[in-house]
Amino acid sequence: MSAFAVLMERNRVSNGRRRKISNLAMLSLTGLLTALALVPLFWIIGYVLLQGGKNINLDFFIHLPRPLGMAGGCVLSAIEGTLVVTILAAVFAIPPGVLAAFYAARYPNTPLGVALRFSTDVLSGVPSIVVGLFAYAAIVVPMGHYSGLAGGVALAVIMLPTIIRTTEEMLKLVPATLREASLGLGAPEWKTTLNVLFPAASSGIVTGFLLALARAVGETAPLLMTTLGNERFDIGQIFRAGVQGHKSVFTILWSIINQPVDSLPLALWKYAQQPYPERVQQAWAVALVLVLFVLIINVSARVWIQNRNRRMKG
Amino acid sequence: MQKSKLSSRSRPGSLPRLFQHGDRPWQGIIILISALVIILMLSIGGMLWAKSAGARTTFGWSFLTPTVNPNWDPVNNHFQAWPFLFGTLLTSIFAIIFALPIGLGIAIFLAELCPAWLRTPLTWMVELLAAIPSVIYGLWGIFIFLPKVVAPFGAFLGNTLGKVPVLGALFTGPIPASGASRLAASLVLTIMIIPTIAAVSRDVFLAIPGSQREAAKALGATEWETIWQVLIPYGRSGILGAVILGLGRALGETMAVTMVIGNSIQGGVSLLQPGYTMASIIANEFAEAVSGLHTDSLIEIGLVLFIITLLLNILARYLVWQVARQTPQEARV
Repeated sequence: MSAFAVLMERNRVSNGRRRKISNLAMLSLTGLLTALALVPLFWIIGYVLLQGGKNINLDFFIHLPRPLGMAGGCVLSAIEGTLVVTILAAVFAIPPGVLAAFYAARYPNTPLGVALRFSTDVLSGVPSIVVGLFAYAAIVVPMGHYSGLAGGVALAVIMLPTIIRTTEEMLKLVPATLREASLGLGAPEWKTTLNVLFPAASSGIVTGFLLALARAVGETAPLLMTTLGNERFDIGQIFRAGVQGHKSVFTILWSIINQPVDSLPLALWKYAQQPYPERVQQAWAVALVLVLFVLIINVSARVWIQNRNRRMKG
Repeated sequence: MQKSKLSSRSRPGSLPRLFQHGDRPWQGIIILISALVIILMLSIGGMLWAKSAGARTTFGWSFLTPTVNPNWDPVNNHFQAWPFLFGTLLTSIFAIIFALPIGLGIAIFLAELCPAWLRTPLTWMVELLAAIPSVIYGLWGIFIFLPKVVAPFGAFLGNTLGKVPVLGALFTGPIPASGASRLAASLVLTIMIIPTIAAVSRDVFLAIPGSQREAAKALGATEWETIWQVLIPYGRSGILGAVILGLGRALGETMAVTMVIGNSIQGGVSLLQPGYTMASIIANEFAEAVSGLHTDSLIEIGLVLFIITLLLNILARYLVWQVARQTPQEARV
């Protein structure tokens, strides 16, 4: 080990006090750098709470956006759009994600398992805007128009690797004895997986969903070329029109996901770039909603995991 | 008759037996879904390749090669990706230069020095930095970070490094009063990739066996000398992997960069001038693309971005995996 030889040589000849001082200086520098990196975190969260808190009220949540100049702008369409797109993404991403994670955890070293884990890694590294282009090419072009459905697909692709990774880790933590006991009692593999493995790992898996969801809710780039934005999107109105026209539930649901929708991060992006102070104030209010959502999900997911780990140890 | 009834459940050709009480279909389903994930990954590349055909056949390699006078002209249907490629590389590389020391410092602090009670909350907070949506970085960047930090810092760089002969070309000012510049994009990217670099290199430090530390300390090394002369060389390739993962994240980052970089195609080479990146040109122009060739060109930029991040990811995983492999399974003290 040449590093050790160099070290011995240097220690023999160099000045002890200088070494102690540089040791102290560098160690405190690492602490200072850690503090420095956290400055933006508190700065952003603090400022968003302050500015957003000043500009938010109940109207904000329950009315459609109004034209400039009228008092009180609102983002009901964006909230509804975000809900539609995120729910679609969760529906598309969770079932396949969980099953693929089971395969990755159970057969990690088969050719398919290796390819699967590699693909998951690659997918998690693909920039979200590239995923947006993919959803555009795969959904928007064949359908001929922008839609909430395409946005849901894009966000599902973004959520998928997170879900697979966390679920895989959680399934690996389940003791093998549990599985063997179930198989030993004569339960087939699929019953063992669904009734024993998944329930045993459930809290961790749900945490993975939540973290993936928190990431998807804040995504903007893939929505630019899939959902496009639609300030007059209103689920209530679509429903009323559907009921009056005696349409079936499926037709109504389809018309909800088959048209351009708005979303919170998209609204934030548009408002932030307009020169009108009232729009910028709305942008801060939207930012507050997003930050609170992300913070609450992240903190509760971590507290949940922490408690669970403590329970399992104790 | 009775006999066949008794044995019907286990007769070789019977349905439950054939499907092993549901295990065969179950196997089929999970293999199919796993294969679908792989196909999804491949089809992202395939789709972008297919949909960018127009731009690829029209411009060939000249789309990507460096040019002094970039020509991005949607009206006359002429497109070149070089200014965006350059903007992406420049901002990402500077982001890495700023983020590496900070991320490494955090990793060392969290893995080696931090008291146990502080470790979990600090790790959370660093990870929370990665959870904040990109648009919110952008919003905060436009109204707070750019005027308060980037503009003064850019002016300072222009007055000092801008005077140095060769290097100065990268720092010729003046920086716009709003602060919107490549420097702003680099600094915002720095904040956004610190969590990646810190988390991966922290894992690298935690994977280094305790015997390395003990050996260094037994030879009389101080804590810092142990870290600098033994642990960092030992985890070198893993730290490189962390840098590459961070780079991959910086290259693809869209919203925050688009909001702070100033979006100008004619930007020269200086860090203090507004520029453009590959991701931000797609974000800004895709929904309003004027022609089929325009759309195709933007998709080709996306394809280039996909290929770069794919290669970087493969390299990074390989490096991190190597550290894990060379480390024997040994209890860490």
